[in-house]
Amino acid sequence: MNRINTKLNDSKKLLSIYFTAGYPNINDTTTIIKQLEANGVDMIEIGLPFSDPLADGPTIQASSTQALQNGMTTKLLFEQLKDIRKTVSIPLLIMGYFNPMFQYGFEAFCKKCHDIGIDGLIIPDLPLDVYQEHYEHIFKTYDLKNIFLITPQTSDERIKQIDKASSSFIYMVSSASVTGTQSGFGDTQTDYFERIAKLNLNNPQIVGFGISNSQTFKAATKHAKGAIIGSAFIKHLNSNGTNNINLFTKSILD
Amino acid sequence: MNYNIDNKGYYGEFGGAFIPEMLYPNVEELRLNYLKFMEEDSFKDEFKQLLKDYVGRPSPLYFAKRLSKKHNTKVYLKREDLNHTGAHKVNNTIGQILVAKKLGKKRIIAETGAGQHGVATATVCALMGIKCVVYMGEIDIARQAPNVARMKMLGAEVKPALSGSKTLKDATNEAIRDWINNPLDTHYIIGSAIGPHPYPDMVTRFQSVISEEIKWQLKAKEGREDPDYVVACIGGGSNAAGTYYHYLNNKNVGIIAVEAAGLGVNSGKSAATSALGKVGIIHGCKTQLMQTADGQITEPYSISAGLDYPGVGPLHSHLYKTGRGEFYSATDKQAMQAGLELSKLEGIIPAIESAHALAIFEHKQFKPNDIVVISLSGRGDKDLQNYIDYFKL
Repeated sequence: MNRINTKLNDSKKLLSIYFTAGYPNINDTTTIIKQLEANGVDMIEIGLPFSDPLADGPTIQASSTQALQNGMTTKLLFEQLKDIRKTVSIPLLIMGYFNPMFQYGFEAFCKKCHDIGIDGLIIPDLPLDVYQEHYEHIFKTYDLKNIFLITPQTSDERIKQIDKASSSFIYMVSSASVTGTQSGFGDTQTDYFERIAKLNLNNPQIVGFGISNSQTFKAATKHAKGAIIGSAFIKHLNSNGTNNINLFTKSILD
Repeated sequence: MNYNIDNKGYYGEFGGAFIPEMLYPNVEELRLNYLKFMEEDSFKDEFKQLLKDYVGRPSPLYFAKRLSKKHNTKVYLKREDLNHTGAHKVNNTIGQILVAKKLGKKRIIAETGAGQHGVATATVCALMGIKCVVYMGEIDIARQAPNVARMKMLGAEVKPALSGSKTLKDATNEAIRDWINNPLDTHYIIGSAIGPHPYPDMVTRFQSVISEEIKWQLKAKEGREDPDYVVACIGGGSNAAGTYYHYLNNKNVGIIAVEAAGLGVNSGKSAATSALGKVGIIHGCKTQLMQTADGQITEPYSISAGLDYPGVGPLHSHLYKTGRGEFYSATDKQAMQAGLELSKLEGIIPAIESAHALAIFEHKQFKPNDIVVISLSGRGDKDLQNYIDYFKL
């Protein structure tokens, strides 16, 4: 079974962490992954940096710009990750925009992910219809899970279509926003989380956008299987480098 | 071959809507409604009336006698420079503000490079009393101060794009992010024939008034609707799309595009997208774009801020790929000289964007009896400082 699905069968609420590959320093990638696993993180999204990340807010944008200036490329990321499965066993996903993967050659990209031991992809600008028409078979060939996003504006009907096209989890964007812009959850989010919970979807949901501390982590996972933290962790890396990752995860999980 | 958009939103292999799910409801709402709105009689009437009374259309089709003599062919200029706000951009913003009103939107956002589309958007927002926010790269704000002042006078808020290279591409990213953050009350008026479907088609249709007029104007002057060639400059490609539209499937009419070569196509300082680009995804559509081998979008260069975009509309990628369009690129120098030539021969100071189209004579010799219609997409007032600096006037 794909590592993501095995992990989703755990009874606990899952903590997933996003970081941008090549940030803050070009060679931090594997250090960060190992530290996160050692400190109780359940799943990791490795960000493939892009020049024009239009679904991301200022924090992740700035980290992508820095990573590219540091010299991160798709090839280099694969090189850094080539032995990662010798030491790391939690699910690893790559999150990135479509164009760099398209230029690499999408099938070659997926094959490489499979060879390394990547379990899934999150590609915000690869829409459902294009995925189904052109790329679904490639994901299947290389046993990669494609993670779709839903938002408070996504209709129930479309959520059901997305549920049907998914086979691991659904990335539930907490509010109408780019990443890193929300400071907490209000009634609107609670209503939205409850609405989704009532749909009884086949795939569990993991909440992202707006989770930055133990309070928001608990609120997000009240109705969902887990939560993803991105911008808050990037801010931590910005101030601490790869030090004190244990303190960061502890502040979320305690 | 049919060069119009297909029912899935593609021109051949180009186009589509590569958008994050957060934008899906808005783009889908637009896709489901734009043609329906545009076909309503009341919509058509209001659009036409505004183009006539407010924009000042039809824009003249002017036979440029001295320019024709100089280049030994028959040159007509489509005078989009005489439109209100000084360029073709307003054709599209008038159309889209009417669409936004029909969708019940209360707030407009737009991106702008040189400020022409920003001014055209701020203008129609003032006209309709709708709140307007224009994103503009921090660097462009500094170098296009008069247009920033115009937008402010018109009541728009100009927000600097501080990310990336701080120019048009980043202003577009910021506008898209704003739309993600404000999905319910806001309409995004994209200024060129780019972006996710249905934008390229919607913008093209609003701009198609240009070729619609050329047809009957040329008929009155020459007894025929079809010129031998239509010529336009291309950045994102909205004036070109409008100039070509009614001739796309008419093989009697040659389609010519002039891109900005900057300091030279191979100088590393260029915006000649079809020559330098590869297929990829930019701002929600699949098209030719300038990028690194690794798929990072690169920063183009042209003396003309309006052509300084790393992509090109999907229609134009299709025209290029199929060979339906002849593509050339003019350097800064060729464009500036062509702008000066038009000023001296015809008493018309063109926008530097449009001067690229006029530089076609550096690249192609037409026959004496050819009728060549060139889109004079904008006037040169906004570029005066550039002309002053370049020619040390």
